[in-house]
Amino acid sequence: MKLVDQLHFNLQLLRRHRLRTGLLLLSITVGVASVIMLTSLGEGARRYVEQEFSSLGNQLLIVLPGRTETTGGAPPIYGTTPRDLTIADAEALGQLPGISRFAPIIAGTGRVSYRSFARDVITIGTNADFFPVRRLSLSLGQGLPADAASLAAPVCVLGARLKRELFGNANPINQWLRIGDYRYRVVGVLAERGESLGLDMRDMAIIPLRSAEALFNSPGLFRVLLEMKPQVSQELIKDRVRQTIRRRHEGEDDVTLISQDSVLSAFNEILTTLTAAVAAIASISLIVAGVLIMNISLISVSQRRAEIGLLKALGASGAAVRQLFIGEALMLAAVGTLIGIAVGEAVVALALRLFPDFPLAAPWWAELAAALIAIGCGLLFSWYPANKAAGLDPVRAMRGEPR
Amino acid sequence: MIELQQLDKTYLLGGKPLHALDQVDLSIEAGEYIAITGPSGSGKSTLLNMVGLLDRPDQGRYLLNGQATEQLTEEQRAALRRAHIGFIFQAFHLIPRLSCYENIELPLLLAERSRAERRQRVDRVLAQVGLAKQAGQRPNQLSGGQMQRVAIARAIVLQPALLLADEPTGNLDQKSGREVIELLEALNRDGMTLLLVTHDPTLSDRARRRLQMVDGRIVSDTTL
Ligand SMILES: Nc1ncnc2c1ncn2[C@@H]1O[C@H](COP(=O)(O)OP(=O)(O)O)[C@@H](O)[C@H]1O
Ligand SMILES: [Mg+2]
Repeated sequence: MKLVDQLHFNLQLLRRHRLRTGLLLLSITVGVASVIMLTSLGEGARRYVEQEFSSLGNQLLIVLPGRTETTGGAPPIYGTTPRDLTIADAEALGQLPGISRFAPIIAGTGRVSYRSFARDVITIGTNADFFPVRRLSLSLGQGLPADAASLAAPVCVLGARLKRELFGNANPINQWLRIGDYRYRVVGVLAERGESLGLDMRDMAIIPLRSAEALFNSPGLFRVLLEMKPQVSQELIKDRVRQTIRRRHEGEDDVTLISQDSVLSAFNEILTTLTAAVAAIASISLIVAGVLIMNISLISVSQRRAEIGLLKALGASGAAVRQLFIGEALMLAAVGTLIGIAVGEAVVALALRLFPDFPLAAPWWAELAAALIAIGCGLLFSWYPANKAAGLDPVRAMRGEPR
Repeated sequence: MIELQQLDKTYLLGGKPLHALDQVDLSIEAGEYIAITGPSGSGKSTLLNMVGLLDRPDQGRYLLNGQATEQLTEEQRAALRRAHIGFIFQAFHLIPRLSCYENIELPLLLAERSRAERRQRVDRVLAQVGLAKQAGQRPNQLSGGQMQRVAIARAIVLQPALLLADEPTGNLDQKSGREVIELLEALNRDGMTLLLVTHDPTLSDRARRRLQMVDGRIVSDTTL
């Protein structure tokens, strides 16, 4: 039979058995849509991480005290600290050629109180360059004073949520609050922005480096942020950083260096693998759909024995009969795939409207993979019933004899 | 046209061998009108299925237009069936979801004929069997006689040289049975070879040549 005629013949059959067709289409649709939706979650996570890191700028080099022996994987937020990274270390690193800006960071938990309100928040001490290096912008006031690295001025910048909790809608600039045992004057408020590198900037107080040193009574740095000049090779800069640390730490470069590139590629790898794994899990539902196709095709073969016998008597070869049955399954798979892709994309688009911050998107290969798996299952699982039909003895089939 | 030599077919029925065809010799010329009679189970349908290439003999030879058929593949036999043979069954065997037109069109689809040719041929045979008005109807809207006429139209739409009818009137009342037989005879007059299996002596008496079967053998072969 010609292809168009096969399509037409099978279409009539599918239309005739609305319920059966509908259920099969539904099962394939659900499978394909779930592949699309689940992979877009994975891909969304990957893009989210990418977005977060690129908002830091790809010129950022993070120096952590302590050396982690892990290669790849998640960035070590807290390393073991054999030797403190000091403010003097940070200044030495800041002077290196190839470094345009640097920001040493002391971090700790401080009890912030204003009138009757008190809360423990992460408080970080740093210098004025912290803001441009981290690409933070202010919604009110200004950042830390230029001498924050050398002078323990009693000033602070608040994260957006912390400001709301303390002051509501009132203007906090020049108000005094307490962190620990010290009093600080509010000079600025950060613009609203979500989590970044695992730290929620909205819930944070930022004070001058020297103030934090006094507040936490520790000269040890949490980390140092270095901004590299774009023209200089990042590997070269990393080497220089290690040399400097070795010189200052009695021959040991006991720091961990994290650049956006290396972290991002590690994350990318993890999340791409994760997305593929999720796709594999989702395609199990397509295999279930395939088993359903097989089951229903087998029923169809036994119900249509007389018809198959007749087709053979009219001159249809076994191959033609097989083609008809496989073609029927493939048509279902193709239509189900199209509906499934449409449904999946619609759900993703809807979710994107509801949660605009999370960059949900099906990866480019998801639709292709879903289609291939759906069609592959259609082919695989209709093969056996189709062969059974092709092998029917026409005389017996038309007599209505079993087997 | 058809040459059967020492044709043998044995079925296993409940473990016991059953000689459905026993050393059958038969030769049929183009254009003949042959009625086959015999008691139920005597092998009439089996013989017809052999001639129609639907079944394979255990032993013996079958030459169709001089060509040996025993060694042909299923594909080749299907192609020969399509090209040369039209079947008509007692139970009509129309596909209920298809209209009359589409039922008749089936052999043309299987033979991969163009849409235009299909339309022209189906319209012609519909007129020939007197059902032009019923083209769009489903089989369940037709009477038994009409259904069998649709089946005949389907059998002849590719103009086969050989028409095999297995008790075509078995499910029909006398009047529509007679109409069907007259239709088949008209086709025979136009040159188609007709093999007709029947129980009804008044029908078999109309044929020029009559075969009688008993226990898988042709026990009499008379030509008027
Ligand atoms: N496919 C088959 N399997 C087993 N026995 C069969 C089969 N086809 C026919 N027979 C047997 O062969 C004998 C001849 O059958 P058939 O040719 O149908 O007889 P008729 O058409 O003359 O009534 C019967 O006994 C029947 O039961
Ligand atoms: Mg019979």
